[in-house]
Amino acid sequence: MNKILFNLMDSTMYLIRYGCLVHCTFEYVVDFVVCSGPSMEPAIHTDDILLTEHISPLKREINKGDIVIAKCPTDPNRQICKRVVGLPGDKIRTGFASFLVVPLGHVWLEGDNKNNSMDSRSHGPVPQGLIRSRAVCKVWPFRDISFFRKNE
Amino acid sequence: MKIPNFIKNIFFGIPVGITFIDVFGYVARVDGISMQPALNPDNTKTDYVFLSKWAVKSYIINRGDVISLISPKDPSQKIIKRVVGVEGDIIATLGYKNEIIRVPQGHCWIEGDHTGHSMDSNRFGPVSLGLITAKATCIVWPPSRWQILPSFVPDERLPLNLISKSILQVAQF
Repeated sequence: MNKILFNLMDSTMYLIRYGCLVHCTFEYVVDFVVCSGPSMEPAIHTDDILLTEHISPLKREINKGDIVIAKCPTDPNRQICKRVVGLPGDKIRTGFASFLVVPLGHVWLEGDNKNNSMDSRSHGPVPQGLIRSRAVCKVWPFRDISFFRKNE
Repeated sequence: MKIPNFIKNIFFGIPVGITFIDVFGYVARVDGISMQPALNPDNTKTDYVFLSKWAVKSYIINRGDVISLISPKDPSQKIIKRVVGVEGDIIATLGYKNEIIRVPQGHCWIEGDHTGHSMDSNRFGPVSLGLITAKATCIVWPPSRWQILPSFVPDERLPLNLISKSILQVAQF
């Protein structure tokens, strides 16, 4: 009886330790994200799986052209996947003759599929604190496993 | 055999500690005068508060809560403020570019209790709920200040939609 109890405690400890290790890895190192929606076509399609890393957002090293995963500014329980188009101080064209300067501590995010994307053009610049991770490569589907290049 | 065991304990101990902080919360020092008189009422002493992450894990916050959030101006800085308005509220601002503003979806309006000496929504506008990291529940240090932080909005800062409702109720009587 004592032995069973001891075994149970031992395996619980084991579970807690590895659960915490997994939590820290997914929260601070690398993470997998399943994408849905057409806003990043043609780079990313619905149901593609991305490998993302949390280190460069933590070090505040986000560059123009990176694909980032961020919390949606209008709904914190949802995440959005967009490309960084403007950094603080950049001038963004918002209309025929109107410009907007990205404020300090924010980024300008846009989807690659300009006609079908809810992004900074509709809800304005996004605070950098909402950025969770940066997409490194596509790991699923198998036939187009690829690293993301910085274009533009 | 002693050293590998010791290293193994550190290897597992750190993730367990980080996860505990991430899920439940931690104690933090409050800097600055922006939340006087609720926090740091005396300039010479600093308060330590318990920040509960558990309380905001689904981003449900109420008016009057004291919350900590990542500053929208500088992502490496954390600020502690009081929630004055939640989404849909109509706020009479103090020195913001619009005199009256409706808090948009998924945002809230935060202000320091020390009006005029606080870097808050009156400077940078409504903030996104995703920036909220924790809710301050109680003061844990110094012992003379032990207390649970009450949740309230100062009467003069109540959102306009609540004020007009209470006026209507008075008018009915």
